[in-house]
Formats: sequence, C-alpha cells, structure tokens
Amino acid sequence: MSYTKRKDGRKFDEMRKIKAEVGVIKNANGSAKFQIGDTIAIAAVYGPRNLYPKFLQNPEEGKLRCNYNMLSFSVDERIRPGPSRRSKEIGLVTERALSPTVNLKEFPNAVVDVFVEIIQADAGTRCAGICAAAMALADAGIPMKDLVSAVSVGKVGDKLVVDLDKSEEDYEEGATDMPVAILPRSDEISLLQLDGEMEAKEIIKALEMAKKACLELNKIQKEAIRKKYKGEGK
Amino acid sequence: MGKILVKNKEMVVPGEVIVEGMDYLPAGNVFRENDKIIAETIGLVNVDNRLVKLIPLTGFYKAKKNDVVIGQVRNITFSGWLMDIGCSDLATLNLRDASSDFIDKKADLTKIYNFNDTVIAKITNVTKTGYIDLTMRGPGLTKLRGGRLIKVAASKVPRIIGKQGSMIHIIKEKTNCKVIVGQNGFVWIQSEDPVNEKKAIDTIRLIEKESATEGLTEKVEGLLK
Amino acid sequence: MDNINKEYLMQILNKKIRTDGRKFEDYRDIEIETDISKNAEGSAKVRIGETEVIVGVKLEVGTPYPDNPDEGTIIVGAEFLQMANPEFESGPPSVQSVELSRVVDRGIRESKAIDFKKLCIEEGKKVWLVLIDIYAINDDGNMQDAASLAALAALSNTKMPKYDKETEKVDYKERKGKLPLSKMPIECSLAKIGEHILVDPGLDEERLLDAKLTVASIGNKIHAMQKAGVGTLKVEEVETMLKLAIEKNKKALEKINKK
Repeated sequence: MSYTKRKDGRKFDEMRKIKAEVGVIKNANGSAKFQIGDTIAIAAVYGPRNLYPKFLQNPEEGKLRCNYNMLSFSVDERIRPGPSRRSKEIGLVTERALSPTVNLKEFPNAVVDVFVEIIQADAGTRCAGICAAAMALADAGIPMKDLVSAVSVGKVGDKLVVDLDKSEEDYEEGATDMPVAILPRSDEISLLQLDGEMEAKEIIKALEMAKKACLELNKIQKEAIRKKYKGEGK
Repeated sequence: MGKILVKNKEMVVPGEVIVEGMDYLPAGNVFRENDKIIAETIGLVNVDNRLVKLIPLTGFYKAKKNDVVIGQVRNITFSGWLMDIGCSDLATLNLRDASSDFIDKKADLTKIYNFNDTVIAKITNVTKTGYIDLTMRGPGLTKLRGGRLIKVAASKVPRIIGKQGSMIHIIKEKTNCKVIVGQNGFVWIQSEDPVNEKKAIDTIRLIEKESATEGLTEKVEGLLK
Repeated sequence: MDNINKEYLMQILNKKIRTDGRKFEDYRDIEIETDISKNAEGSAKVRIGETEVIVGVKLEVGTPYPDNPDEGTIIVGAEFLQMANPEFESGPPSVQSVELSRVVDRGIRESKAIDFKKLCIEEGKKVWLVLIDIYAINDDGNMQDAASLAALAALSNTKMPKYDKETEKVDYKERKGKLPLSKMPIECSLAKIGEHILVDPGLDEERLLDAKLTVASIGNKIHAMQKAGVGTLKVEEVETMLKLAIEKNKKALEKINKK
C-alpha cells in the first residue's frame, strides 16, 4: 500500500507551521521558544559561568552542556518527572549538534548551560529543541560560527517525507524517523540519527530534503532574532 | 575587489556573511573563513576603512585591562579578596592593591572589605586563562556605601553613558541621583528620595531595552520630565 | 544578597515603599493563560509580575486507598526547572519544591475543591488519579501563589478522558466532561520583614524575609496555611496577614473566573 496523502494535507517535503520567538525567560542570559506544528520547545541559556565540579573545568576553553527534558504532561501517557535514559541521550546529541558552531575559547574553565524543555510534543521534539537552543545561544551573545537548524526527515510507508508528526511516526505500515541538524552556511551535518529502515540512496535523498528544509527554518530563526533586537538597528 | 554584503549599521546574526574578498580585515565579533568575514554574534555592522567589526547588541562582560568596574566580595583569602565582576571567574584583589592607605599584613581583611561588600575597582591584568587582577589604588576607587545596585547587560553600557557622558549626565541631572556605571554593567544609584531612584532605574532599563533606537535621548528626556 | 541592596531594602521599607515601587499591600499584575499544552487534560500558565509557572494536569486510572475505596485523589508534584533561576540546581526535587507542591495540594484537598467521590470508576477497584505537575519557568519571587493559581486554572480547564471498562484503557484522544472542581481555594503569600507586612513578596524580599505566611482561602474561610522562614510571627501580625490574604484573593478569583 502506498502512502498517498498526508493527514494534514501537507506536501511530502513540506514542514508544519512554524513559530519562533526570542527572549521568553527573563532570568536567563538568552532564551527562545520554537513551535513546529503541535510540538513546542523552549530553551534557556545560562553562562558562561563557573563550572562545578572543578575537575570538569578545561583551562583551554569553555564547555557547552545541554539538558533536554519533556514536561510530564507534554504527551498522552504522562512521563514521570526527572531524567530518563532517553532524555540524557537527547541532551548529549543536542550538545553535539550545537558544539561545532559555538566558540568558547574565550571562556576557560567556564560552562555554558542550555536547558531545553518540551512543553507539548507531537514528534520532532529534539529538532525543535535544537532550533530553540541555537536561537537562545545567539540571544545570550555566545560567539557562534553559524546558527544551527534541525528537522526530522524520514520515510512513511513508501514515501520520503519532511517533518514527521506523531501520527506519521506511528504509521502502521512502518515509518522511519531520521533527525538531522545542519550548519546552514556550510551544509555540514551535526546531528544524524535514524530509527527504522531505509536504503542508503533514500537516506542521501532525505538528507537533501533536510538541507532544503533547514534553510527555510534558518530564515525563520534569524527573523525571530531580528524581531527581538529590532529598534536597536539603524 | 572585496564586496560588502551588509550595509553599515545594519543588523546581522551569527553566521551571516558580511564581506567577501580579502581587502577587508576582521576586527571584533567577526571572524574570517576563507575569503569571507562572518558575524559571530548579534550586532550592528561597522565598517571603518578596511576594518570590519560588530557593535554587539547582546552578550556578557569581557574583562579588559584598565576598565573601571563595580565588584562584590564573594570570598576572602590569606592575601586578598575574590570579587564577582560579572565574569565566569572571580577577579582577584590583592592586599597590596586594596587601598591607597597602608594595610597591615596582619589586619582582619573582613574589616576592610567584608563579604558581599560592593566596591569600585580597576582591572590591571587579564590572563588568557581567565584570571583577572584588580586594584583599588587610584582616584575614585573605593567601597560603595548606601544606595542600590542593579545589573545591566555590559553591551549596553556605552549607550547608558552616552557620547562624552551625555546620557548619564541627563539621568543624574533630572533625577538628582548619584549614578556610577561600571564597564561590567553593574550600576550603582543613590539618592535621598526613593521615587527619584526608581525613576533613574526605569530610565536605565529603557535605554537597555531600546539601546540603539533613533532619538533615544529625546525619549529619555521625555520620561524624565 | 549583597550588603548594599540588603541595607537599601531595609531602609526603603521604612519609607513605606518597596524596591519595585509597590506599596506594601500591592499585588503584582496577574496574567492567566489556559490550554497551553494540548496533550494535557488541562493546562495553564500564570504570570505574577515576572514570575512564571506552568501547570499541566494528566488523568490516570489507579486503585483507591483502602480507607477511601470510593474516592479518587490528586497527586501534586513540582519541579524548579533550572531555566527558572540561575541558582536552581539539578538533581532530585529540592525541599523547597516539595513544600511548594504540598501546600498547593493542601489548599485543594482541605477545601474539598474537588469532589473525590465523583472520581470513582468502580468502588474499591478503579478510581481516577489527578496528576498535577507544576513547573517553574521564571522565578521572580512568590512561586507559591503562582503555582496554586496555575493549578486551579489548569484544573478548571481539565476535561476527562474516556475510560473503556472492557479493555481497561484510557483514550486520551476522546475527552469530554469537566473535572468535578467546584471551588477555588486561592493562595496568597505574605512576607514579614522587620516590622513590615508585605503582600506578594518579590525575589529580593523573599531572600530577606524573616517569616512568610501562605494562606489558602475561599471567601472568609481559611482552608490551609503554611508559615515559612526562620523568624516568628505575633498574633496581631497573623491577624493582619489573614485580613490581607482574604482581601487580595478576590482579585485573583476574578481573574481566574474570567477564564
């Protein structure tokens, strides 16, 4: 059976509706909210600040530390509050997705903390979290080579698609989810995971789709940053 | 010939290419990648001759030699004080630099500057690994008494002070407050009248929020009428 | 807290004004937004000044306590997210967050705001558990009041999911009918600093306060109280605080009833 039509009427390479906002948490040095379809992530950045325990300190450069968490009520079946194996892993891959862009040479022994919270989940939460975190890091004034964008691509039934929602992830005839983060200026990939089943040439094709989508995302992220600092220009 | 892609005073965000070609030199908050100069932070482009830099619109305090800052005592050691000046590491004020007056080596250091005291100090040295040395020997470098302290983004300090101190002059004059702005964004305000102090703080917050809007001076004057 | 701002706060209070320009009995502006997370059966965001708290309600089916076989119950939890305040640390819930959630729990439970009997599905076997999770997003003082208000706002917009007795499964996609919430026990916190009594303490006031009293009330009836802080309270001070709490709760009640 062929997957002929997406439930919400999107084209196969079309993302859901996106909203981005910068500066949502007063106490944080930088913060942002990112919504794609019904997935909502907020990110806050604190630092550079002193890193404890001290043995983790690096006198040559600062450290980026990312924490990912889903609020208990962000999904149908309540999640027990507190860290899980899944959230720890996603924190780690988020860190890796963002690290190639941040320049922490000027902050020896310090840490830049990124906290990502998923308020509402409809698939693609780690990518939404990375998009929010990249904006929050820029808002905090952390020196960066590029603004990372991330989207999940994959295969639903027999079709390659961009930005799977939960119903597509759960597609009964099989779905493959492949979250990708891209440094848009160089097209380099900083997050790549896959769950499901795809052929090598499909993966390459899906990566091209992700690249295109990330460029679009990147525009929205930059626009949101400009909006906060607007009035400060000219 | 090099090509400037972004106009002077336009806003850029990290990763945006400002200049193509090797005729220009990266100066601050930008970096070179092959033949391109690229923004490293959110800021306004400033091209001066062949130097390309950004005036940052956000960010934290980067300690520089000779900056006069406001600091707070966080710890006391055998030989001096450790001060929070808004950097990730605490800055060191050595006993011998602590005052123009003579301090006996056996003195109780808490009697001179106690925990959580606030002082004006000058940065004498910054190492690559982030160590910062302070001195309080010099005119105007002293412990602050009374008043209140607020923190603003260090990137906004130049606007709060204004050209040749014009903005801070307006605030002081119209609110009748004493105001001292540390380069690190720690701001001390004092007056007899809490209403005036509140006014001065509201004004500083307004400047922080709209730091580069056209006609900010008029706006400030309007608020302080 | 640094000495300058500490002394300043004490001095300015003697002039009968607060550091943010408020009078002693002034509550900050309250904003309530409901339905902020659609996978929750009910949710809300509350802002008191710059303090922001979000609450989500989930429903699960569980077994009743043996002493109340025909009653469902509430389970309140709170997490002080590290994003809310640079001083919050990672790890298991802090004592403060446990206290906050317990005080929210008592306000709702003791005022019998929810008819627990109506949460019974099958006596002695199956009842609804109402899981109320509180998250601090930005801490600018008095998260207690924000949390309790957000919990009430979320409960008032909670819809019951469908329970299939045959399959013993909950269908979260099909929600209808309201949660049996009949009362609004509003919490109001008051700080004592020196001789002064302040409504709705901000972050700097919270750091310096000698004592704090949180009062949960409906109309003139008090249903829960919690005294915090290391200092003590005189009877007259308690009297003043209760009067203020009852008075202030009217405004919050209006706000929440509009939702």
